[in-house]
Amino acid sequence: MANTQQFCTFFLKEQFFGVPVQQVQEVIRYQEMTRVPLVPQVIRGLINLRGQIVMAVDLRRRFGMDDRAESQLPMNVVVRTDDGAVSFLVDEIGDVLEVDQDCFEPPPETLHGPARELVRGVYKLTGQLLLELDVGRALASPAGEDWGAASL
Amino acid sequence: MSDTEIVKEFLIESHENLDRLDRDVITLEQDPGSQETLASVFRTIHTIKGTSGFLAFNQLEALTHAGESLLARLRDGLLALNPEITTALLSMVDAVRQMLASIEATGSEGERNDGELIATLTRLQGEEKVPGAVPVPEKPSAPEKPGAPAEPSPASAPNVGDILMKAGKARVSQVWEAVEQQQAGDPRRIGEILVEKGAVKPQDVLDALHAQQPGRGPSASDSTIRVDVGLLDRLMNRVGELVLLRNQIVQFTNSAEDSALQGTSQRLSLLTTELQESVMKTRMQPIGNIWSKFPRTVRDVALGCGKQVGIEMEGKETELDKTIIEAIKDPLTHLVRNAVDHGIEVPEVRRAAGKPAEGRLLLRAFHEGGQVNIEITDDGAGLDYEKIRDKAVEKALVSADQAARMTEREIANLIWLPGFSTAEKVTNVSGRGVGMDVVKTNIEKIGGTVDVQSRPGLGSTVRMKIPLTLAIIPALIVTAAGDRYAIPQVSLLELVRLEGEQSRKAIEQVNGAPVYRLRGKLLPLVYLNVELKVDGQQEGAGTNRKARAGDPDFSAVRDQHRQWIDRLQHVLNGNGSLTAQEAGSHETCALGKWIYATGVKEHGAIDDMHVLEKVHKDFHHAVRNVLLLRSQGEGSLAHQELNTVERTSRRIMELTTSVEQKILESENINIVVLQADDRQFGLVVDEINDTEEIVVKPVGKQLKSVNTYAGATIMGDGRVALILDVLGLAQRANVVSEVRDRAMTEKEAKQALGAAGGSQRNAVLLFEYGENRRMAVDLSLVARLEEFPGDSVERAGGHEVVQYRGQIMPLVRVSEVLESHRVKGAEAGQESLHVVVYADQGRSVGLVVDRILDIVEESFLVERQTGRPGVLGSAVIQKRVTDLLDVPGLILSAGVGRLAAGAHA
Repeated sequence: MANTQQFCTFFLKEQFFGVPVQQVQEVIRYQEMTRVPLVPQVIRGLINLRGQIVMAVDLRRRFGMDDRAESQLPMNVVVRTDDGAVSFLVDEIGDVLEVDQDCFEPPPETLHGPARELVRGVYKLTGQLLLELDVGRALASPAGEDWGAASL
Repeated sequence: MSDTEIVKEFLIESHENLDRLDRDVITLEQDPGSQETLASVFRTIHTIKGTSGFLAFNQLEALTHAGESLLARLRDGLLALNPEITTALLSMVDAVRQMLASIEATGSEGERNDGELIATLTRLQGEEKVPGAVPVPEKPSAPEKPGAPAEPSPASAPNVGDILMKAGKARVSQVWEAVEQQQAGDPRRIGEILVEKGAVKPQDVLDALHAQQPGRGPSASDSTIRVDVGLLDRLMNRVGELVLLRNQIVQFTNSAEDSALQGTSQRLSLLTTELQESVMKTRMQPIGNIWSKFPRTVRDVALGCGKQVGIEMEGKETELDKTIIEAIKDPLTHLVRNAVDHGIEVPEVRRAAGKPAEGRLLLRAFHEGGQVNIEITDDGAGLDYEKIRDKAVEKALVSADQAARMTEREIANLIWLPGFSTAEKVTNVSGRGVGMDVVKTNIEKIGGTVDVQSRPGLGSTVRMKIPLTLAIIPALIVTAAGDRYAIPQVSLLELVRLEGEQSRKAIEQVNGAPVYRLRGKLLPLVYLNVELKVDGQQEGAGTNRKARAGDPDFSAVRDQHRQWIDRLQHVLNGNGSLTAQEAGSHETCALGKWIYATGVKEHGAIDDMHVLEKVHKDFHHAVRNVLLLRSQGEGSLAHQELNTVERTSRRIMELTTSVEQKILESENINIVVLQADDRQFGLVVDEINDTEEIVVKPVGKQLKSVNTYAGATIMGDGRVALILDVLGLAQRANVVSEVRDRAMTEKEAKQALGAAGGSQRNAVLLFEYGENRRMAVDLSLVARLEEFPGDSVERAGGHEVVQYRGQIMPLVRVSEVLESHRVKGAEAGQESLHVVVYADQGRSVGLVVDRILDIVEESFLVERQTGRPGVLGSAVIQKRVTDLLDVPGLILSAGVGRLAAGAHA
């Protein structure tokens, strides 16, 4: 295995996503959140992560998917960014997978909607596809969308 | 230690030395005879010279060498200090500072041309001391720092070679060789020669130079160490987290039974508090650290504009957090320069005004109420209100109309507006119209406030209030829509709670904008729920109060209960089936849950609540009965029972409506009165919880873009709470701009009323004096109401006084002044005194009255009277003729005005 990359994987509405493990600080179960009024909907709230205040971004909302059922508590994938840690709210956590770079392919042209920006590419695994999330873009504010300072 | 580290060490040390040099040279100018100061200056220059020579900074060495020689002649009494020498020495300090800055940035001294300065320094050495020009006092004055030993002077210090030999760093033969080389004409210093020969390491020579310097001996270095500020910041963060963790542990253990655990948790709590205090202390620096540069600043500015200014400082030791010290450094410097440049007059003008030629600048710092107050007072000309007014109009900062109506205080505070400057000529110091607004912005950025007061001809005082630290701040915790928010205490003015009936009537509308009359003035109200858009049901409608979180949606509840009749009818008609179990019970439906969880507990005072509970129970019993009877085949009985369901259902409709109404009516309204910029507004919140010390945590940039939050904090239960940015919130709610216009119209209205005959709504304090005489005093003149025990009255200057808040406050017995006779009991002194404290520009006078009656708000017409000192006139207040007190007049006729002014100074 000359050219492999480890991914921390998770599920969003049965779709299989991954973030390179180097970017992931930790994975934790559901935490109580404090909502932040007036900010875009994708920010679900603030989490107290051992004394550090971490913003929680709901990836379902970021991808424009419908919300989870009330009873389904999201999990936190905490990633490191230049602006401190940020938590992504996801449906379920998968395994850490070692993936061969050879099976990478850019996203298909037919991909549209928010996913077009947010998916860096696809890894063709046996039996399923792993979508690599672009962490930077997931946190950036695309112009004209309901996210970031533009909407305030 | 590498060479770069040595240079770094040299820089840090030299910067400290330079700061001291500035101070010392100024001290020396004021007290030319101080041998200690002179020796201290000499030593500092000598050290810099020595080290720079050894590190091969030749220009630096040449300059300091010239300075050292000049100082040597001063020290030996061959020369007397004069302003020219002082200026030359200060220029040298500046040049040295520039070089050090260049070394720090680029590693070299940079291209310099100090030839002229060196020539000046050398020329000044040659000047003969004019006998008797400046007498050198025999007695040396006290050393500036008690810890700094005055002797021995460097001349008598052991030489570097000796020290190196003693320390075993260099062999005797090597040192001898070097000395011989020097005698043979080598101009270099012994350390340099030894290093070049490889006999000793550079660090050893540095150590030797250190050892050579008295005053920086082991005693100082043993007890203090330098610590990286970054490390302190991290330490502070960790302690902040520890405090939060401690709060959580304490909360857990409070509910635990284990006494050993509780004991341990208490100890943990105590230790954490102590640790927090210690760490805070390490970050604290005396404000004197930044003040120490001001004598120099003042001297330079004063010389530049031909003025004489002396600077005095009080409270140098007042400590502030390092980050705050950094933040106020520039604003303070600007204010000091400004005071000298604009405030203090040139000597001729001062003499003409009967003031001493030398102006006086007073810096004062002191703690008050968890904040630090800093005052900059000058005894200059004071603010020229006319000029400020004209300038503000000329620059279109205010309209001529507005300006004409402004009070002196309002005019004074115009100087903080951007783009304002009255300086007739733009100097290099100030007058460019930038600065004062920047000062204000910077002070406000760290949660401080700034204000100016001035008395024409006597000078001005700029007063700032600064928080002690930024990391941990006191805050008020409030709840809105179930979430907690922290409001920094600095913006908090007062809390108002309106209960029941009062709450509905007290809030009025000005064209849809809710307002509350706070002591006669309209306070605009902002609903936190609405501003934050957290009130789910009716967005944007700010004027109607809605049921609190936790109360059910009554209209939905009513619908549910109404639907039962249709459903039961369906079942009875054979369409579909439903068992009694499926129908649920009076405890499981939404209304029932609410009734038993909160309804009865919180709203038990409402009679209908209990009726509702019972009827609701009957209703569900009837529903179950219908279904039971139906399953038993008792169709007609079931139909009969359905009537009960219908009847109770109707009652439920009525009762829930009435209960909902009463809950809304009985709800209290909590108003947090806040100060944003120079405006006040009332923030309406659901609940006011408590005040707490909170640790401010940074939030991500996504949240910073919403200017409503100043940060976030972690509460005792571990949950995050947002810290509100009061100014941002006010801007969001348009309080800041709207109120400004409103304030003007209010004033116009007042004036119109005043012109029409002086009838207006006024808040007054009613009191009794003399033989049951009623009197009223304008509430805005009353600072506080106090009660003093009779025996606390002392006498000073023929007047009665009490000690009040660290000042001497003169007392005026209202009945004595107005009735011109002593009232029984006034001398007895054993009874307690009811005192109305009147405060004006920092001076307080206590007005002794017999009884405080009431505070009323009425519109009344004042009929002016003449002849009675201390009485403004009379008016009908509360249907009785009441005299209105003229406080300044009363104080004047009591003759305590001078005493009161004295108490201020």
